[in-house]
Formats: sequence, structure tokens, C-alpha cells
Amino acid sequence: MPRKLMKGNHAAVYGAILAGCKAYYGYPITPASEIAESASALFPKFGRTFLQAESEVAAINMVYGAAGCGQRVLTGSSGPGISLKQEGLSYCAASALPCVVIDIMRGGPGLGNIGPEQSDYNQVIKGGGHGNYKVIVLAPNSAQEMCDLTMLAFELADKYRNPVFVLTDGVIGQMMEVVELPEPVTELPDKSEWAIYGTADSRHLINSIYLDHDDLEQWNRELMKKYAIIQKNEVRVEEYRMDDAEIVAIGYGSSSRVLRSAIGIARERGIKLGMLRPITLFPFPVDEIAELADRGLKGILTVEMSDGQLVDDVNLALSGKMISDLHNRMGGNVPTALEICEKVSELYGV
Amino acid sequence: MIMAQKTVLRKPKGFIDVYRHKPGAEKDRTHYCPGCGHGIIHKLIAEALEDFDIVEKTIIISPVGCSVFAYYYFHTGNLQVPHGRAPAVATSVSRANPDSVVISYQGDGDLAAIGGNNILQAANRGENMVVFFVNNAIYGMTGGQMAPTTLEGQITTTTPYGRNVKTDGYPIQVCEIINQLTAPVYVVRTSLHDMPNIRKTRAAVRKAVLNARDKKGFSFVEILSMCPSGWKMDSVPAQNWIKENMIPRFPLDTFRDISEDTPAIERPVPVMDPDEVKKILGYSVLSDSNFEKNPDAALEKVALRVAGFGGQGIMSAGIALANVGMEYGYNVSWLPSYGPEMRGGTANCSVKIQEDTIGASECTEPNLVIAMNQPSLEKFEKILVPEGTLIYNTTLINIEPSRGDIKVYPIPITGIADELGDTRVQSMVNVGAFAAVTGMFDPGEIENLMSFLFKGKPESVIKLNEKAVRKGYEYVKENFS
Repeated sequence: MPRKLMKGNHAAVYGAILAGCKAYYGYPITPASEIAESASALFPKFGRTFLQAESEVAAINMVYGAAGCGQRVLTGSSGPGISLKQEGLSYCAASALPCVVIDIMRGGPGLGNIGPEQSDYNQVIKGGGHGNYKVIVLAPNSAQEMCDLTMLAFELADKYRNPVFVLTDGVIGQMMEVVELPEPVTELPDKSEWAIYGTADSRHLINSIYLDHDDLEQWNRELMKKYAIIQKNEVRVEEYRMDDAEIVAIGYGSSSRVLRSAIGIARERGIKLGMLRPITLFPFPVDEIAELADRGLKGILTVEMSDGQLVDDVNLALSGKMISDLHNRMGGNVPTALEICEKVSELYGV
Repeated sequence: MIMAQKTVLRKPKGFIDVYRHKPGAEKDRTHYCPGCGHGIIHKLIAEALEDFDIVEKTIIISPVGCSVFAYYYFHTGNLQVPHGRAPAVATSVSRANPDSVVISYQGDGDLAAIGGNNILQAANRGENMVVFFVNNAIYGMTGGQMAPTTLEGQITTTTPYGRNVKTDGYPIQVCEIINQLTAPVYVVRTSLHDMPNIRKTRAAVRKAVLNARDKKGFSFVEILSMCPSGWKMDSVPAQNWIKENMIPRFPLDTFRDISEDTPAIERPVPVMDPDEVKKILGYSVLSDSNFEKNPDAALEKVALRVAGFGGQGIMSAGIALANVGMEYGYNVSWLPSYGPEMRGGTANCSVKIQEDTIGASECTEPNLVIAMNQPSLEKFEKILVPEGTLIYNTTLINIEPSRGDIKVYPIPITGIADELGDTRVQSMVNVGAFAAVTGMFDPGEIENLMSFLFKGKPESVIKLNEKAVRKGYEYVKENFS
């Protein structure tokens, strides 16, 4: 298989090209700018559209238009830009438009800094715009997954007619790793039922107004049904050294990479630490986490680069049968493997 | 003898026959108020689409405002969009369907207030679209608040004492602003206040949609339109109000018409064929070598920090090492210190090369440090693991390392590069030194990779860097064996 040393941000753009993405609309922001730069270099080589939008808001609305015309379409940004895109995302979700958004999280709140953080968790997973809706969220932790999960994101977006996020942090975006490049998709799904192509048969309506209260409630219930199906079918996790684990750490993105190192050190010290890594954040691995409470573990430790946003969902899944502890870093700091091991020893007396 | 023609009264085919998207019982009439201009404009558009036989290829973008429900009426593709964003949506709709006629239909609040930037930027890009800008100097839909085009002194629900230009600013003349841009092909302002002006508006509408059909680019038609409800007056006084109050502030004019001399926009056809995609991505020339690993290497797993001044090839040394590691079949990662610190000052990167799957990519406890300047030596010597290895650049560092529990390789890295005649080859001197110190890479194999590592660079550059690798390697072999 052909392989290439590349940044996570570049790998995501390769994934988009391979998935048949026809258009990129975006606005520069560190640490996601390589996505736009890479798209600006690659998309025109394929006669596909790259456009640097005048704003984050314009970019997501361009995504809305392209998605409404049945194109696989991508945008990328980071925290402050994602905040600005939320209105448009609500429209995309409300109009059941498939599209892919990559969020390379940085330090916040406010202007914060450009270091890695995971503090967009709530604004992305909980559907940060107005109204009742959810987006599917994939959380890669390597350059390879930036490519593979971006491809999967397009597939899921079309399968469920829903926006899909690829959510990761500055480290995964900026880091170079070897990526084995998969085969391009050979067939794109048929969207002629609803997409607008500027032809007689495609004079459809893309819309999210339901003046009648009952109609809007009905539409909300249909969306809820869709999310329930997604919750049932699409949960993805990675388990690492879980077979004999007495303590389980939970983390995604960069945190999960550090956890892998921490587990190496812990095991050398005779501490049976394992990891459950959510690859999908919505759908959240509720059952997989709930099941941990029945294992007789010494403890569950959630490791995140945010202020407890992830541990809240972990504890919701545990439903009071156990309570996860939290180890977190913020402000652009990444937890270290040693720091995590020390925390584990301190918390669980091992 | 002239036969009398039977006049058939019917809707233009640009309209849906029965307005099925419209809720309620009245599916044969619009939701607009009596005396409103929207109905006239809708009819002019629908008629033009029929007459030019472009109904089927037309896509209309409905804004937020009274014309939010434009999709009730037009028998075209329809997208209803967020407030102010119609030109952004129309942009991608037009790019996705370059053969279609894309119409952005907007009111004054939508276009000139919340969407002010979007309209300017779409105009500036010369997108192939028509914008119908309905200027009635008020927010109709929300109940009569101040618009950007509200006249000086005009009373609205949010200017109960009249628009005060000292606090609310002046009515914005959008055509005049659009006309400052280079790309638009047609910029015109018309009015609906009497039949002759409706006829002029009709001509403008027809010209604009033809421009879109012929892919001429950006056409902008501003139409002064009545809002009797918002203005709180009857229909006829509303028409007079346009004539007497609006036109003096918004003069009717064809500001620009260069569509005749403008060539049609051509958009590329996307390449989607998988084989062609792989060809363009260069699948056939991507890495596939598998060099034999050295079982006797001094290090079998590297967690490396390379650090120095920006411009010393810190990042490129790390990337080159990761690339070589990949060719040996190792797992590799490279992580830069990114952001403003890249611009001058110090730079560093983490490189991991190992057999196992890599966890953290940042080397917080490196077993190898290459320090290219004194601040880097001071910063990163401290975090080396016990028994770790330090390579440092004696050309620029005139202090000794302070730790006794590490292996040190003082090497005049900059000096070696300068001797080769180009200080930029420091990074490859480092690669050579790394190969010798760790024993992980063979310099001959690195030479085999030079054309890959320096793809697209002239032969002289490749040769020079090859020499740099060799010099770095030999310096270590000769001085530390």
C-alpha cells in the first residue's frame, strides 16, 4: 500500500479527496490552516472547488449550499471558528444536509491560544447551535485516522443525511506520521431524491421552516429517531490492554495517545492499567462505559484536555454505579505519561 | 386581415401552479401584503424564466425577511438560507451547478446589514449569479424596524423619533458600493413606483437573468419597492413616497453594464475517476522501500528532540529522520513546536522512531537531544533520560553540558555545513550524525533516498545534501569511535 509521511491535517484532506469530496470552503485559523492550505493545493488539481471564504460564517453557508446540491463538501476550522459556524450547522442538521467539518481544537475560551486542547467537546458533541439536533462526531488520534475517519465521515454523513465532525486537537493535526493511503471510493451515493442540480427533475426544496407547531414537533421527533438509530449502530471504541485491566483510563484524541504511553510505564511498574478510547463521541459509547461498572475495577480515570466536559458524559453513562475520576490539563498543555501514572498511583494506591 | 388574438390570463410558468408548500387554504395567492412590491418582482422574474426557457435550470435562494417564503412560488430549485447568507450559499450552488441560473433574492436588512460582507465578497469574486436586492427602507417581516436603507428622519419601530444620522448612520447606497468593485458586470437601480419604472425594472430583470444564463458573472439589480404595511400608509401614497423620498437618496441609474464584453465563466469538470485520482496523488511514486534494520544499533527506539534557532533546519532535520525511519519500516512520528515561536526565535520538534505503536508524540523524556544553540542545550539537556544521548553544535555553543550521566557528542555542525559552502545543509549534517550515533540508519541507504527527500530540487542541491549526510556521519565515526 502506498504510504506517505504527512501531517494529520494533510491526511484529512487526502481522505476527503479519496472520499470524492468535490468542494472545500474554509477560512484560515491556527492550528487548522494546513487543511485549507492543503485543500487549496490539491482540490484544483482534480478540477474540484477550493474557495477561501470571507468568514467562518460564509464558509459554513457555502457548505450548506454545496451539500444542498448533493456534493460531498468539507470545511475545517478550530474553536473560535466553530463557534461562528454553529448557526449554519444548525441549518445543515435541520435541513438534513450531509457535510463534513474538521475541528482542530485549540486553547480557549476567548482567543485563548493555539496550543492543543479538547475544550470544543461540549460545543460540538452537544450540538452547539440553536434548536434540537445532533452531529455525528469522530475522534481520530493519528494521522492515519485523520485520513480514514475523514473518509468514514463522508460515508456516515450521506448514510444519515447529517453533518459529521472530525474532532481532534492541535497535536494530531500538526503531527506527522506515516499514512497508508487507501483506495479512492468508486461510487458516490445517489441523492437525486432531494439534491438540487439545476435540472427539471431536481427542483427540490432545501428548507428548515415549519410554521405549524405540530409539523415542527413531528420533524424534531423524526430527527430524534434518526439519532437513536445512529446511537444504536455507529458506536466505535478502541480497547487497549483491557483484558486484565484493574484500572481503566478513558480518553480520546491526544489524551489517548499519551494514555498508551502511560499504560506502557504503568505495566512496567506492575499496575494493570487499560484504556477505553471513544472513537465516536456522538454516538457516545454509553453501553461500553456502563459495562465497566460491573467489572470490579479499582477505578476509572478520565483523562482530557478540557475542564471535565468528557468526564461528565462518562459519569452519565456510569449512572452512579461508579464515579470516574478526572485528570485534566488545559491552556495548551498536554498531560504527560508520567503525570498520569503518578495520578493513578495516588488515586488508587497502586 | 389581422386575426384577433385571444388573451389567456395565466401565471407565468416560472411559478408553481398551486402553491403547495404554502400552509393554509389559500394556495392560489401570495402571502405578501396588498400593495407590496415583492409580488410584482416575483412576477417579472417568473415571466423572464419562462420566456427564456430557463425555469428548469434556475435555483432560487430565499433569504430571511418577507421573501423567506419565495420558495412557495417559484417552480425552480429552492434553498431557504440563514439571514444574510444568500450570496454565500448562492456561491457554492453556482460552483456546484455551473450550468444553472442562480438567483439570490434579498431584502435590505438581509443584504445590507447582517449580510453586508457576504454580498460584497460574492460581488468581488464575480460569482455567476443574479442578486435581486429589494430595497423598501424597512424591516418588513419583523414588523417595521430600521433598515440600513431607512431614510434620514424616517420613523420606524426602532427609530420612533426618526432615523438620526448622528447616532444611526446614513442610509446605505448599495449599488454605489458594489460599483466600486471590479468584477460585477451589471449594476442597476430601478423602482416600482409607476408603470414606466416597472417596465424598466422588467428590462433589468430580464437582462440580469440572461447574464446568468450566459455565465457572464455577477449582476446586481436593486429595486426600490413599496412596503405599505411597514410604512403604515396606503398603496398609492406608498408609490408616491418612493418617488418623493427614496429616489432622491437612491438615484435610479444603470451604474455598470459590461456584460456584452465579458466572456463566459468556465468552471472545470471535477476528476472523480479512481485511477485518475490515484495518479494525481502520485500513488505509484510513493514510498515502498523496506530497508533492513540494524540488529546491532546502539539505540533501538528513539525519542528525539531537535532544537535550535529558526532557520537552522530544525524541522527539516526531524522530518528527514522520520522519513528515513519510515523507509526502514519503523513507526515514526514528528511533532513541531508550532505557532508564533516558529517565526524567529527558537524552534524544536519531537521525533519518535520505534518498532511498537507510538503513544505520545511529544518527547517529554527524550533519550536523544540534538541542540543546535545554547538556549536549546540549556533547556533540553535537563529533560534527557539518564544514560541519554546529547549531540550539540560546538560551532555556536561554547559551554559544556552540565550533566554527568549522559553520553555527549560535541560536533561543529554549523561549521561542517559552512565548510560545504551552504549553512542550510546543517539539517542533513544532523541526519548523518544521527545515523552514526544511533547506528539505526546506514548512510548508503540515506543516499538512496536523497532524490525522494529532495523531490523536485536540482541535482546540485541533492548532491550537496548527500555530502552533508556523509560528513556528519564521518565526523562521528572519526572522532567518537
